[in-house]
Amino acid sequence: MNARRGITRALPLTPAVVLILLFLAGPIAYCAYIAFTDLQLTGQAHASFVGFANFRRAFRDDAFLNAVWLTLVFTVLSSLVGQNTLGLALAALMKRASKPVRTLTGGIVVTAWVLPEVVAGFLLYAFFRREGTLNAILDWLHLPRQNWLFTLPILAVSFANVWRGTAFSMLVYSAALDEIPAEITEAAEVDGAGGWRRMWHITLPMIRRSIGTNLMLNTLQTLSVFGLIWVMTRGGPGNRSQTLPLFMYEQAFQNSMIGYGTAVALLLLIVGALFSVVYLRLLRTEV
Amino acid sequence: MARARTSRRLAADAALLLVAAAFALPLAWVVLSSVDPHADLRVRIPDGVTLGNFDAILTPDITYTPLLNSLILCGGATALTVACAALAAYPLSRFRSRLNRPFLLTILFATSLPITAIMVPVYALFVRVNLIDTVQGTILFFAASQLPFAIWLMKNFMDGVPKELEEAAWTDGASSAQSLVRIVLPLMGPGLAVVTVFSFVMMWGNFFVPFMLLLTPDQMPASVSINDFFGNRGMVAYGQLAAFSVIYSTPVILLYVLVARRLGGGFALGGAVKG
Repeated sequence: MNARRGITRALPLTPAVVLILLFLAGPIAYCAYIAFTDLQLTGQAHASFVGFANFRRAFRDDAFLNAVWLTLVFTVLSSLVGQNTLGLALAALMKRASKPVRTLTGGIVVTAWVLPEVVAGFLLYAFFRREGTLNAILDWLHLPRQNWLFTLPILAVSFANVWRGTAFSMLVYSAALDEIPAEITEAAEVDGAGGWRRMWHITLPMIRRSIGTNLMLNTLQTLSVFGLIWVMTRGGPGNRSQTLPLFMYEQAFQNSMIGYGTAVALLLLIVGALFSVVYLRLLRTEV
Repeated sequence: MARARTSRRLAADAALLLVAAAFALPLAWVVLSSVDPHADLRVRIPDGVTLGNFDAILTPDITYTPLLNSLILCGGATALTVACAALAAYPLSRFRSRLNRPFLLTILFATSLPITAIMVPVYALFVRVNLIDTVQGTILFFAASQLPFAIWLMKNFMDGVPKELEEAAWTDGASSAQSLVRIVLPLMGPGLAVVTVFSFVMMWGNFFVPFMLLLTPDQMPASVSINDFFGNRGMVAYGQLAAFSVIYSTPVILLYVLVARRLGGGFALGGAVKG
């Protein structure tokens, strides 16, 4: 009786569970399998098991190590430093600013976030191109112009990711700051603590859990950016803005080595999974 | 004190306006170029305003078919996501079970996995099971990838509907299915709207999934077909590219505004980042 009731009650879960198992868990399991084979895109009847060869190859492959390095630079610059700090600064400034300015700035920043990925990519491609807006401004200020997408491609795509992703941090931090009781900040103000000290000793410790979860989510989001970089630079010039997702794509499709590409994907997935576990621990929700 | 406050407000306003201007420049480019007959890559006030760029792209080939494809793809996947998530959230929200917690933790874990990483194996898998280059296959994958977050959000919204209202219906002989459709879902209308809009917006903007899983050009959604402005058309018509971007982006911005107004700024994030 009880077991039957349990089954009836769990029944509505079936469609979702089936979809997730077939199309999410399935590919992940398949990923873990083909990463250990020499599967290629064409001209091969059977893939054979090659053990850790793909992984050994990756760690000896300069192009792979380059992609790891660029992914690290991209993530630290755009997510940890850029989105996170700018998002917090915007949220903090908004608490003091006048309402029209707050609404205007919030609206613009959020619009950048809502735009489709590819459109965002084009907008920033136009901004950073040699004939683009940034150089026009530099000319106007009599500063030296640069061919940004050629000389500093990883910096340009990092800025693009900041432009696109800051809204998320801004919203998270605005919500977090709103929850700090006004008495605490006022008391500190009366005691003579300046803005920076209040930020450092009161605000930051009080919102540390929001900071943790925000950093996690930003990092995970940034690890999987593909379209933005693809549109702006295709990972180039050469491979100077080729982060891991673009490297994975190139190996699997342009070099038609699905097995090798998948091994890279598996590594990316494992890094993501580790971050997810940390995120769950930080969250410690009472589910 | 009051004067200090005013000057601090002015400083904050100035700083924010500076950031707003920097963020607005790329946006200004797309808006101004879309009506500029001689658009290039710089932001500038057009010499004359024209609708020629829009005229040039409002053809079945360039605009209508890709947008319709986007609508079918994202609409279908959103409907599937929302229906499955609503069903799944119901037992998780209503009945106590030892399995709820592990299930929800797994869902939350899946929510933050980098889906980009599995696109290569998904492609390989889709080739094997003959789902490659099919709209239904892409819809199924889209729905599955969005489901963990949708279930999580939906469950949180459903928890906000008091159980007492349903118990009354149960004593009147309503089944769980009836009370879900007639009582719970109508009462969580705003929550349902958030899940729907959020899923739709995420898929509408997604480039990598259809880029990998669809091959035939006339099945491509706008997120992929926009790339055709570059490549084999020779010279890039930036004005037309900008006009297309405007048309393609407008629906999601409108949807966002619609939902954000009703639920306040940090709307869909509540469940995921409450720390």
